[in-house]
This record gives sequence, C-alpha cells and structure tokens, in this order.
Amino acid sequence: MARATATALDQQPSPAKKLAPVERLPNFPARAPRQVAAATRPRSGWQSRALNIALSWLLPIALLGLWYLGTERGWLSEQVLPPPAYVYQTLTDLITTGDLWLNASASLQRVLVGFLIGSGLGVTLGLFMGLSKTVEDYLLPTFNALVQIPVLGWMPFALLLFGIGEPLKYVLIAHAALVPVTLCTLQAFHQVPKRLLEVGQAYGFSQRQIVTDIVLPSAVAPIFTGLRLGFTKAWLSLVVVELLASSEGLGYLIAYGRQLFQLDLVMAAVVVVGTVGLLIDRGFEVIERRLNKGRAITPGRLA
Amino acid sequence: MSSLAATHAPRQHRYRGWVVPVVGVAIWWLAASQGWSDSGLLVSPQKVAVTAWEQVTSGQFWRAISSSLARNLSGFFIGTVLGLILGCLLGFSRLFERLVGPSFNTFKQISLFAWIPLISVWFGLGDVAKVVFLSLAALVPVVVNTCDGLRNVPNAFLEVAKVYGFSRWQTIIGVMLPAALPSIFTGIYLALVYSWLATIGAEYLLVSGDGIGNTLIDGSEHFMMDLVLFGMVIIGLVGWGLNVLARRLERRMQRLYGITPR
Repeated sequence: MARATATALDQQPSPAKKLAPVERLPNFPARAPRQVAAATRPRSGWQSRALNIALSWLLPIALLGLWYLGTERGWLSEQVLPPPAYVYQTLTDLITTGDLWLNASASLQRVLVGFLIGSGLGVTLGLFMGLSKTVEDYLLPTFNALVQIPVLGWMPFALLLFGIGEPLKYVLIAHAALVPVTLCTLQAFHQVPKRLLEVGQAYGFSQRQIVTDIVLPSAVAPIFTGLRLGFTKAWLSLVVVELLASSEGLGYLIAYGRQLFQLDLVMAAVVVVGTVGLLIDRGFEVIERRLNKGRAITPGRLA
Repeated sequence: MSSLAATHAPRQHRYRGWVVPVVGVAIWWLAASQGWSDSGLLVSPQKVAVTAWEQVTSGQFWRAISSSLARNLSGFFIGTVLGLILGCLLGFSRLFERLVGPSFNTFKQISLFAWIPLISVWFGLGDVAKVVFLSLAALVPVVVNTCDGLRNVPNAFLEVAKVYGFSRWQTIIGVMLPAALPSIFTGIYLALVYSWLATIGAEYLLVSGDGIGNTLIDGSEHFMMDLVLFGMVIIGLVGWGLNVLARRLERRMQRLYGITPR
C-alpha cells in the first residue's frame, strides 16, 4: 500500500515545476480502452439474491451428497461415519423423547447464570477501573496477569476447589464471560470522544454530569460488544466444561455419544450446539446493529 | 508529557500495580503457615516452589513443555497456511465467496471443542488428532481476518492502481496484499493465541502422551494442588511469551512493509 502510494507521489508533477508545453507531449498511441466486464444483463434484485442463496447451498448439498454416497456405498463403516438419515433420526428421537429439551435447558440455564454473574461482575469491575485511575492502577496489572491463564488453565484448579458440581460450571463460565466484558468496558471508557468531554467542560458540567450524560451514553455500544463477545466465550466454555465434567447438558450428550461410539448422537448434539450458538449470536448482532445505528448519528460523527 | 502521563501511570504510582499481588501472596503464605484450613488443598507457596524445582530438574517439565509447544506450533503452521489460502480465495473471488462463505460462517459458529469427540473417533487420541484440532483452531481467525482485510482495501487505492494500468496480478501483489497485511497479521496473531488455548484443551480431552495439559490433569487427579498451580503459572507464562513474540514479529513485519503500526 505504502509502496504504491510512494510511486504514485514520485510521478506526480510538483506544482512549482513548469509544465512542459502541451504540443511536446509524446504522442503515445492511445491505450485500447480496457474491456470493462459490465454485467452481461442487468439482473433484478431478487434474481441475484436467489442466485446467491442457490450458490451458498451448493457446497452443503454437495457435502451431504458425498456423505450419503460414502455411507451408502460402504466406503466408510457406520461406526466411523453414520449415514445422514441415521443422524436425522437420532435428532428427531431426541426431540420427541424430550431428551433434547432436558439437556438443552440444563445447558442454557448454566450458561445464563454464569453469563449473568460474569458479565455483571465484569461491567462493575470495568466501570470502577474506567472511572477511577487509582483503582485501575491497583487492579489492572493483576487482572492482566491473571488473564494470561485461559479458562481451561483454571479448570483443574477449580475442579479441586469446587468439586464436580454445578458451582464449578458457574464459576468457569462466569470467568469466561468476565474477561472480555471487563476489558471492553474499560476500553469503552478510555475511548470516549475527547471533543464531547471538551464540550462538557466548556458548558461547565460537573464531574457527575460528565459521567452520566457523556461518558455512559457513549460507552453503551462498546460495552454491548463486550457482552456479545463474553456470551460467545461463555458458550464455548460451557461445551468444554460439560464435555469434561457433567451428567447432563448438550456437552454431556456429545461426551456420552462418544463413549458409546454412537457418532449419530455426537453429530446430532453438535448440530444443536451450533444452531443454538448461531441463533444467540444473531440475536446479539441485531441488537448491536440497532445500538450502533443510534450511535452513528450523534457521537460517531464527532469522534 | 501530558499525553504520556494520561496513558501510563506516573512513576510514583507504579508501585500500585504490585500491591494486590503482594498482599495476595502474603495472605496465602500466612494462611498456609498458620494452618487456617485443614484441607490438603491449601499448599504453601514454598511447596509450590519445591514442586516446580523438582519438575524442572527431573526433566519432566521439559518433556511436557517441549511436546506441548511442538504440537502447538505445528498445528499453528498448518492452520495458518491453510487459512491464508482459504482466506485469499474468499477475498479475491466473488464466486468462491458466494459458494463457500455462508457455509464457512455457519461452520465457525460451532463451538470449537464440540469437534473433539468426532476428531477423536476419526483420528484417534494421538498427536495426529491433536494437530488436526489445533490447525482447525488456528484456521478460523486467519481465514476471517485475511478475507476481511482483502475485502476492505480502500477503493481509492484500487482506483489509483486502475489509473496506472496495473494488471490484475500487479494489483494483487502491489496494492491489495500490502493493504490487507495489518488485518492478516491480526488473524495470525489471534491464531497463535487460540492455538495455545486449544493445545491445552486438546491435552485435557484427548488424554495421551506428554504435555503441560496432562501435567495439570495429573495434578488434579492426584489432589496435588502444588502441581496444578505450577502448571497454571507455566500456561500463563507461555501464553504471555507467545503473545509478546507475536506482537514483536508483527511490528517488525509492519516496519518492513512501511506500514505505520495501528
């Protein structure tokens, strides 16, 4: 990028230089106009959208076909790769017997409780560190050092302290959510647009007014980004925790299926884990976009 | 001066960062030496130090850390190379993006560790399975950031390239790749961080062979809190070291390509 700009600048005539008379310009043969590949025919909106959707389904369908063919022809044994119909049947079985609901609700409850504890603590911690430089000086170095140990590193430690029960899961999920939420909250406070603060000072706002009317409103959207990130992390660690130590939940279904060599159960559970994660992430994304839309009008342009 | 003072703690406040850890260790030491708790889990700091020394001198530690790091780096390299290829394809070709993009976006939503049972059935519990899992962990951020970087090359650059009559190849080498480089580095940096996390996860879940994760699991199974604490410190230190290394490499590469650091 920089190289391209540099050459571009070199070849630019400097304004002070006298320009050569026009007639002395070498008469290059005009470069043939580049063939611009215009869209062959204008497609209407819904046509191109339909094409996009069709193209995006091509790969999954091809993979599914290959999978089906592979199991049908016996290229792979059923223990290694169960046929798709099998997985589908397991999935419907899970739904009709209510097993899925039982395990999914256990998982969701864990992730919700853990996330609420973790993000609540995270926002509070970030708030204190963001508002007071003294608190930040005391706590942030320790926090940064502890963050270097990932959630998985804490696991054996927490296992010894809390045993294998519910508290273990809450603590680890809360920890997973806490880290990004705290850091994003702190960053949100550091990134308050300077101009807004100056305007506040010019209008003689009190310290308290600056915090409630300027700092907090402009920090809402970044904090929300932190919450979304925190939930993603919480969901990720939920699966790990349940894989390692639990007797119910979606992760447990996966671990159980693996122990019994029922890969259809494993795959069905993976599909459910992925779908739930996707849905929650989409929900967060919608809210985030709405928050940012409001933000673009006021502080965004000033920043 | 004033801007520096705003970002860094003033020198007389530097001590503040040490207060919490020092007080914490002091309380821990006091609790252990005064026997505030009968639980065998309350080990003294000295015991942790002794265990650490034993681990290091007996060579167990070196075996664990070297096999963990070898695994981590090989998975990281495979994942990064594949990720760069896939990311470039996604970034350069609209058709490829339409074909593969949505599937990839769905795929990356699935919690990474959910793949472990499937991988363990397909590839066993050995190093192959772990490296496959690690490369998967490293692949995702590289693909996402490479593709993003290539897609977000400023239009002005592309127009300049067009005005100068750059060929498609010249545009890619001279304009698009350098412009996307910071984003690509971010992806590789994230890949390094994720792959270390995934190394530990893989060693927990695919228990076999040596590794720092296995050391931790051993400690936890035998109720040896000192070993667990030692392992945690090592994991944190290695993660921090990789972090610093990646940052430094990133900065050097940026200087090489004349990109001002963000």
